[in-house]
Amino acid sequence: MAIRSSIKDENKEVAIFRTRALIAAVFVTLMLFGILTRLFFLQVVQYEHYTQLSRKNYQRRIPIPPVRGEIFDRNGVLLAGNRIEYVLEVTRDEVKDIDDKLSKVQAMMSMSDGEIKKIKHKLRINNRFQPIIIKRKLTKTQIAIFSSNRPRFHGFDLHLQMERYYPYRTIAGHVLGYVGRIDKKDLKKIDNKEYKGTSHIGKSGLEKTYEKLLHGKSGYRLVEVDHRGRHKKLLEEKSPTAGQDLYLTLDINLQTKAEELLSEYNGAAVAINPANGEVLAMASMPVYDPNQFVNGISHRNYSALRDNPDRPLYSRAFQGSYPPGSTIKPMVGIAGLESGVTNRSRSVYGRGFFSIPGNKHRYRCWKKTGHGHVSLDRAIYQSCDVYFYDLAYRMGIKRFSTELKKFGFGQKTGIDLPHERAGLMPTAEWKNKRFNTAWYPGDTVNIGIGQGFWHSTPLQLAQAVGIVAMKGKRAVPHLLRGVRSAKDKRIKFIDVQIKPPLVLKSNSYWDEVIRGMVHVVHGPYGTARKSGEGSAYKFAGKTGTAQVFGIPQNKSYNASKLKKKLHDHSLFVSFAPWKNPQIALAVIAENAGGGSKVAAPLARKILDAYLVPEENIETNDDVDKKEKNNYKQRGRSRLRKVRRV
Amino acid sequence: MYDNQPFGDFLRRLFSGVDLTMLIALATLLGVGIITLYSASNDKLWRVDNQIIHISLSVAGLFLAVIVTQFFPSTFLQRASIWFYILGLVVLLLVIFVGEESKGAKRWLNIGVARIQPSEFMKIIVPLMVARYFADKTLPPRFIDLVWALLIVIVPVLLIASQPDLGTALLVASAGLFGIFFTGISWKWIIGSIVSLMVAAPLLFFYGMHDYQRQRVMTLFDPTLDRYGSGYHILQSFISLGSGGMNGKGWMHGDQVRLGFLPERHTDFIFAVIGEEYGLTGVVMILLLYLFIIYRGLYLAACGRDTFARILGGCFALTFFVYLFVNTGMVSGILPVVGVPMPLVSYGGTSLLSLMITFGLMMGLRKKARKY
Repeated sequence: MAIRSSIKDENKEVAIFRTRALIAAVFVTLMLFGILTRLFFLQVVQYEHYTQLSRKNYQRRIPIPPVRGEIFDRNGVLLAGNRIEYVLEVTRDEVKDIDDKLSKVQAMMSMSDGEIKKIKHKLRINNRFQPIIIKRKLTKTQIAIFSSNRPRFHGFDLHLQMERYYPYRTIAGHVLGYVGRIDKKDLKKIDNKEYKGTSHIGKSGLEKTYEKLLHGKSGYRLVEVDHRGRHKKLLEEKSPTAGQDLYLTLDINLQTKAEELLSEYNGAAVAINPANGEVLAMASMPVYDPNQFVNGISHRNYSALRDNPDRPLYSRAFQGSYPPGSTIKPMVGIAGLESGVTNRSRSVYGRGFFSIPGNKHRYRCWKKTGHGHVSLDRAIYQSCDVYFYDLAYRMGIKRFSTELKKFGFGQKTGIDLPHERAGLMPTAEWKNKRFNTAWYPGDTVNIGIGQGFWHSTPLQLAQAVGIVAMKGKRAVPHLLRGVRSAKDKRIKFIDVQIKPPLVLKSNSYWDEVIRGMVHVVHGPYGTARKSGEGSAYKFAGKTGTAQVFGIPQNKSYNASKLKKKLHDHSLFVSFAPWKNPQIALAVIAENAGGGSKVAAPLARKILDAYLVPEENIETNDDVDKKEKNNYKQRGRSRLRKVRRV
Repeated sequence: MYDNQPFGDFLRRLFSGVDLTMLIALATLLGVGIITLYSASNDKLWRVDNQIIHISLSVAGLFLAVIVTQFFPSTFLQRASIWFYILGLVVLLLVIFVGEESKGAKRWLNIGVARIQPSEFMKIIVPLMVARYFADKTLPPRFIDLVWALLIVIVPVLLIASQPDLGTALLVASAGLFGIFFTGISWKWIIGSIVSLMVAAPLLFFYGMHDYQRQRVMTLFDPTLDRYGSGYHILQSFISLGSGGMNGKGWMHGDQVRLGFLPERHTDFIFAVIGEEYGLTGVVMILLLYLFIIYRGLYLAACGRDTFARILGGCFALTFFVYLFVNTGMVSGILPVVGVPMPLVSYGGTSLLSLMITFGLMMGLRKKARKY
């Protein structure tokens, strides 16, 4: 130890210590005040922020998906509904020997090893406390077996789910469309909050168009969770609002009939109520079964549909674009009268072909020998090509396309279905832009008989013939007739969209053309006179035979020598009854030959099905009785009216 | 009253060494602690039972310390300090060689009946040794004395820091340095060392720290940096404190606590529980209680019977403050997360016991009142 150099001074040391202790006390106070400032900032200034974060921590919003609206036809028959599906779920946290239990379930439900492997993977990566679906679509036997063994399967549970189904399977498949699992592309378009609990979304057809109406409003349950995600208690609940039911303009009986009749061809049939644009039937063949899409179509099935050369996935009725052929002659006739190029008494000499003055090229008539002198009405019922070659030639392309566009050609009809095609009503400008060549008079001659560049959809044809039937009244074709919300069980009918009517210089122009069209089916020389025989009502029509490819000048069309794909399309447009039209119809059968041979008789059968009473109206049990009767009566009164005609 | 009875005499001598004001303040704090712990324990209520045992033992420790000061010769503690210090160093070395590892640090020594954390006791021993060293020196000290004193402090601090246990090392170091502060060393030394510490801090950060320690410092500046790792603790702590607001969510009603979002809620982060359930109001009251205990501690030290008692008491009072400051600072996010519990409130026996012993010594080493 060092030798002390000075004597300890107790009083001095106490004084030193006291000073230092005082300084220390001040220092301590200041430091703690610093902590307090920080806490004030956290607890008072940022209180709202952290309260929100705290809530985010312990509150979970579990969405409850709404029940999707169902789709009915005009008579209340169910076309797209929801059915209950039983699924088996497991909550990982509640099962002790998961592998053992899974293998027992596998035996019980006869599942493959692959499925079990997938489930095990899911169990590993998902939250332990959230149930995971093991098997969908349990059969009654499977439910019974599981239920009786339930006590031994703690943590496994049966659960109800709604599954979309289409009871008529392929019928009206293109119109209804289908729902499918929501995918990444859908996620970009939808309100994610609304769809949080929803697994399916309308992918095509009406299911897509009216997704908003059908989906409904989703509800939620607000639960308190702990830090491991376990549900502790229910804080708040809001039940979902079911989607609205759709009542279509479609008549499923007529639709079924049309599809049956068309089934041996590729083609389409569109029936419209011309007065208000209601689509009564819209068939397209071949078709697919929307049911296969609901729970994810298998890769093999999908490629079979996608790669099928007949393209069943697309609807020919509003997406198929065809040369309309002679079916447009009535409209061309009206265009001719309206533009003053022809009149009811003017006649043209048909000698089997038409040539542009100063040009040797022969535009042939279907009748090689020629029709002789033909006036407009005869040109229609005998389908004289020369008359219309001449007419179109003299109108010129500008006037021609302007007039024909008034019938809706070359424009989308605005039907409530996604991806409608507009067809093509060619103009000189279009051709210049498309091919960088001038419009030749020959082009005009060709489109005069619905060939050449002119393309239209069967829906457009039905709409155009409907305009003729209603003498200029125009309505937008549509499929939705009314909606019914889950709350008030009454159907709210949708207002019909009426377009301004097509007014001609003289109303007699309509009569002139309609007369021709009635003669087509009821006149002694009409091209479809066979189809008009013995009908209970009088109707008007026009046949069409559309060439699929150009025939060289010195050759003639010989079906037997051509591949099926190159055969003519058979077309027919009509409306009935002609005096008081209730249905306008366009039929096309691809590569089936002449219009009078296939399309016209087929159309007659469809018209019969709609207008001639048949007592066995198919009904559906899901609709409540009162409503059903209501509909039946409405249907009957319509039929009675028809019979009087 | 009990003049003739030896037991009565014992009690009188014992209680003459106890400061009742301090005792009541400590009891209040322990009471608040156990109530808060009850809420923080959720389903693990055995912790409360354990803590009650810890408290009982610690109170016994406090009285034992008082007994030592009252019944042993006044030089006993000074002489014992040297031996405690040597023993402490030996045990710390033992930890390095045969210590038990947990969470990547060797801090524990298994002595058969229990697992002890020897570094904890260095918080008492180092101040004892420093006080002992200056006890017979004239104050303010000479330069050479300071060098020796610093050496006394630095050796155990380095041993503890190498475990690694930065929190305890920090506390032990500060305890020793406060001892030096109370000897009345000149301000230029104090300010000089503070400045040089500030210069050295970045060097320490880049070269003297383990990765996980650096990580903790980094998350201090931006807790969102590591939202689910080390940032998670601090973020949840902020949420607890912040959502507590002015008046708190009420005892047993802290959502963060109740549902387990706040990690380490019964130990290092129990201050966040206080903040969430009692709000800023409760926090202020508890901090005032702490402040009172520190003031009272400094007062008791100033009443110390000799230089040794004064320096020791001052050391303990300020160490207690550092404990509190580091813990609340870390919970409220102004200091990095180092494992320092909230003094007297956090769950755990060792630190409780060592703290209560220091309070016992502070009380017992006062000057005797004239009438005894």
